[in-house]
Amino acid sequence: MIAIIDYDTGNLRSVSNVLKRLGAEFCVTSDAAVIRAAEKVLLPGVGAAASAMQKLQERGLCQVLKELKQPVLGICVGMQIMCRSSEEGDVDCLGIFDTDVRRFTPCKEQGVKVPHMGWNSIENLRSSLFDGVENSAYVYFVHSYAPNLCDEAIATATNGCEFAAALAKDNFYGTQFHPEKSGDVGETILKNFIDL
Amino acid sequence: MVAKRIIPCLDVKEGRTVKGVNFVELKDVGDAVEMGKMYAMQGADELVYLDISATVEGRNTFTSLVERIAENINIPFTVGGGISTIDDAARLLGVGADKISINSAAVRNPALIDEIASKYGSQFVVLAIDAKKVGDKWLITTHGGRQLTERELFAWAHEGQERGAGEILLTSMDHDGVRSGYPCDLFARLCNELSIPVIASGGAGSVKDIVDVLSKGCADAALAASIFHYGDITIGDLKKELSRNGIKVRL
Repeated sequence: MIAIIDYDTGNLRSVSNVLKRLGAEFCVTSDAAVIRAAEKVLLPGVGAAASAMQKLQERGLCQVLKELKQPVLGICVGMQIMCRSSEEGDVDCLGIFDTDVRRFTPCKEQGVKVPHMGWNSIENLRSSLFDGVENSAYVYFVHSYAPNLCDEAIATATNGCEFAAALAKDNFYGTQFHPEKSGDVGETILKNFIDL
Repeated sequence: MVAKRIIPCLDVKEGRTVKGVNFVELKDVGDAVEMGKMYAMQGADELVYLDISATVEGRNTFTSLVERIAENINIPFTVGGGISTIDDAARLLGVGADKISINSAAVRNPALIDEIASKYGSQFVVLAIDAKKVGDKWLITTHGGRQLTERELFAWAHEGQERGAGEILLTSMDHDGVRSGYPCDLFARLCNELSIPVIASGGAGSVKDIVDVLSKGCADAALAASIFHYGDITIGDLKKELSRNGIKVRL
């Protein structure tokens, strides 16, 4: 059973739809006991990091998340709040990943737009999460903030500057892009997570 | 840098896709979910579904269709047509739409853009603009091009961006459905002035038209309907040709 954490940060539909397509068993929950007992945990998220952190705190889930031993995957803002801090709302986050989240700087000459929205390629893939995915594969991004490069980066992408497109540490994983919207490549990545 | 996007547009009436040449003669070209899946398989980067039903029943059919689309499609999709309140937007978000596009309702009530963007984020709001050249000015039309307003295109696009729209979807009503190419100068100027992405719509008749609007026209994405629906060209072949022309696309 995969627990999708419901902490009121927007659309959980696309994540549950893709798990359904992949034939995975899942539940949508904010119950700490259910989350602790799940085989895997998914932390989705859209919106701003500060409000996502606040909502997680209100549900008393911060400590629960940090102590999980099963594979955990954060998506987009879900991953950002697993980092040390975010410039968005200048907020301290869970500190699972040893990096900070910064805002992109727009630059017309280089074609850097903020938000970074659309399909971009991921490079330097190094994780079983990317089994069957080639370097330079395209995935779908929608964000204005991104984690700085760090040792825990398992994929990188470039929007003006290079940033960590995916992170991993022990049982924790995170993707800045949306695998649930990234076509067949995204489904492969989610399938790999399910099979971990 | 992100890849340029190719976006097939599907007009939907009573759950079926139709495409009108110049919005008048509608021809039934297939099941909306199956067509979307086919386009996604061919390499479409996003899909746009426009509800052109005129009845309440049609609207309800569309909502359940959006739910089925979300269950079956693994790329982002936008829905539009008849969205005039934040409740309409919330209903479509709730059944799984990634973005909504608003058009006439935003012209009538520009605060709608702020309202939806501040609640659900700019990434959720596409401002669709139908423009028509009158003298030497580009003016906004509403109701599928039937009503001309006094709003000027560039001022309105800027206002939309300031109010929180995440993208502009611009159609030239002078070019829509006639398949003779996009007005590239118009798109180049708009893309240069705005900081949010611009999607070019209406006018694609050939691969070269799409090459032009994504290079000379600087557009971030091209949206087209007939050229794909009638099988003139597949999305895969189109993207290969774009790539040969030095345009970054997802292959």
